[in-house]
Amino acid sequence: MIKHLLSAADLDAQHATLVLDTAAELAAVSGREVKKLPTLRGRTVVNLFYEDSTRTRISFEAAAKRLSADVINFSAKGSSVSKGESLKDTALTLQAMGADAVVVRHPASGAPHRLASWVDGSVVNAGDGTHEHPTQALLDAYTMRSRLGRVAGLHVAIVGDVLHSRVARSNVLLLTTLGAKVTVVGPPTLIPVDVGPALSPDLRVSYDLDAVLPDVDVVMMLRVQRERMNDSFFPSTREYARRYGLDATRMRRLPEHAIVMHPGPMVRGMEITPEVADSARSTIVEQVANGVSVRMAVLYLLLGGK
Amino acid sequence: MSSTTYLIKGVSVLGAEPTDLLVRDGLIAPESEARGAQVIDADGLVALPGLVDLHTHLREPGREDAETVESGSRAAALGGYTAVCAMANTSPVADTAGVVEQVWRLGREAGLVDVQPIGAVTVGLAGQHLAELGAMATSAAKVRIFSDDGHCVSDPRLMRRALEYVKAFDGVIAQHAEEPRLTEGAQMHEGEVSARLGLTGWPAVAEEAIIARDALLAEHVGARLHVCHVSTAGSVDVLRQAKAAGVRVTAEVTPHHLLLTDERATSYDPVFKVNPPLRTQNDVAALRQALAEGLIDIVATDHAPHAVEDKECEWGYARPGMLGLETALSIVLDVLGPDWPLIAERMSRTPARIAGLTDHGHLPAAGAPATFTLVDPAARWQVDPTASASRSRNTPYAGMTLPGRVVATFLRGEPTVLDGKATK
Repeated sequence: MIKHLLSAADLDAQHATLVLDTAAELAAVSGREVKKLPTLRGRTVVNLFYEDSTRTRISFEAAAKRLSADVINFSAKGSSVSKGESLKDTALTLQAMGADAVVVRHPASGAPHRLASWVDGSVVNAGDGTHEHPTQALLDAYTMRSRLGRVAGLHVAIVGDVLHSRVARSNVLLLTTLGAKVTVVGPPTLIPVDVGPALSPDLRVSYDLDAVLPDVDVVMMLRVQRERMNDSFFPSTREYARRYGLDATRMRRLPEHAIVMHPGPMVRGMEITPEVADSARSTIVEQVANGVSVRMAVLYLLLGGK
Repeated sequence: MSSTTYLIKGVSVLGAEPTDLLVRDGLIAPESEARGAQVIDADGLVALPGLVDLHTHLREPGREDAETVESGSRAAALGGYTAVCAMANTSPVADTAGVVEQVWRLGREAGLVDVQPIGAVTVGLAGQHLAELGAMATSAAKVRIFSDDGHCVSDPRLMRRALEYVKAFDGVIAQHAEEPRLTEGAQMHEGEVSARLGLTGWPAVAEEAIIARDALLAEHVGARLHVCHVSTAGSVDVLRQAKAAGVRVTAEVTPHHLLLTDERATSYDPVFKVNPPLRTQNDVAALRQALAEGLIDIVATDHAPHAVEDKECEWGYARPGMLGLETALSIVLDVLGPDWPLIAERMSRTPARIAGLTDHGHLPAAGAPATFTLVDPAARWQVDPTASASRSRNTPYAGMTLPGRVVATFLRGEPTVLDGKATK
């Protein structure tokens, strides 16, 4: 197994499948009355969060605790970090405390890569800037597999602010590794220049959501921040919602079996309407539950739990 | 004037047949006067006119932890330079006669290279009001190059006025070509690699649009324009058109833009973060060709020292810039090959002419100022950041093996470097 999980591209098809298979085994534990496994007893996992993300932090914390690891939550707010301590000094502190794994969330793209060069333990990227969020991609693939039975051969549309989305980058990389067909959809202003050659030669780009929907098995809606309109990425939230939002009318264009995903947090009324988010096609709550199993699998495999 | 007379034996001036050079009283003297001279065996060495850097950040005053006039001068001499033009983005900004004279005086005190201050175009580099350009021109520092480098003079009316105004004293505006609205938050070249790394892109058009605009302005008012650190293939096309139209424009390229590409950012190591950013292989090829052809007139280092804490951090928080003085000649040699007349033209004669430094850029021959550099073209050396004379360590070439080593540098007959070591 690899040492760090910094990018979804760190996983080849074999390793990615191993993570998903392991997650499925561990999910069975979550159904038991006693949810704990002794696997990582005595190991220390640090959650180093430079951004507020209760959802992701709690998911990693639950994952580590169910594997009996000691968990230290190191939040940038109210710590020495807010007093101006550098990432490197923080890394050396964690190193001295004997962290076996550091789970890091950071607003700067590439911060986990830097961290990995300064600590001996494993580094797990829990979202860095506008770069990647590999465990989100893993839990999304896991969710697709549990709902649709496979990932290879699926057609997945990723819709919205691809330019600023770490979820999109990791998903394109992982899904293409696993043999899915991926189309990114959004206004041209929110699709990165050269995104195809950058992420996957097979990646498709479309600016027309209605044209794409009848052909997909999965539609993954990305969060679109209202503030983006201030930088002229689109004229107004109303126009964005009209052209790229998923509402009930649009949802009816999907094939019968197709599912609707969202990494959260949702901006209801922007990229997704409440009736879509709460529909039977929606996997949004499942995604959260699957997150714990997938992160257990990642920590277990990276820390050589076997 | 130097009390020591040096006889440099068997040196090849710009690759020509070996000859002897006598250095006496600051000049290259006729060989008949060689009696009592200290002999330097220069067998296998090449003599170049002392190199002139049109774009150096010496950081003093303000960031003496990163570089001082003295430490930067030493790095320059070790790199074969005899003159450097010190950029204005110090703290306080070099936007008054007082600050440029201070830098000029510090350069004289260090005595390792001629330090020619560049003055800011606008007060505080803020892009609002013209600085007192005339006062800087008539100061002891005799400023002729003005630049807001680090910032673009993006206001077209202000740029037009600056270009026009400095005509009165044969000044030149050195523009950092970057349309700021197109590069807000930019971290690296916009393209395939930025899309993959999730770093905000710096599009090539932000540079090209300003060069095109400025060339038209310079033509309109009949002024001189110098373009700093040209980095894209498209900029080369714009320069080709401007020069063909007879615009008085000169341009520089940095060693790093001739050698490195945006793929380096994949490491997220900010030692590769620079402004303008490293571009693509296609751009590198176009820049090399333009330099060989003369569409790009000179090589300038954009030597930009930064303290460790400003580089040992997240990419997005790091300051842009890299060291260049001690490695420039080796990289140009690597890129252009041992075409010594061409190297002398691009790294000494033309930059001296643009900067109006009449003491520099002369071939070492009888009667000329003894301001020259001896290079061992056969030597290869490995770049060790800790061995740099700069106070900073942010070289992007760490561990690389480069051709050509500076053995000695002479400034008006005084050795500033001998046996590859600074004399002071």
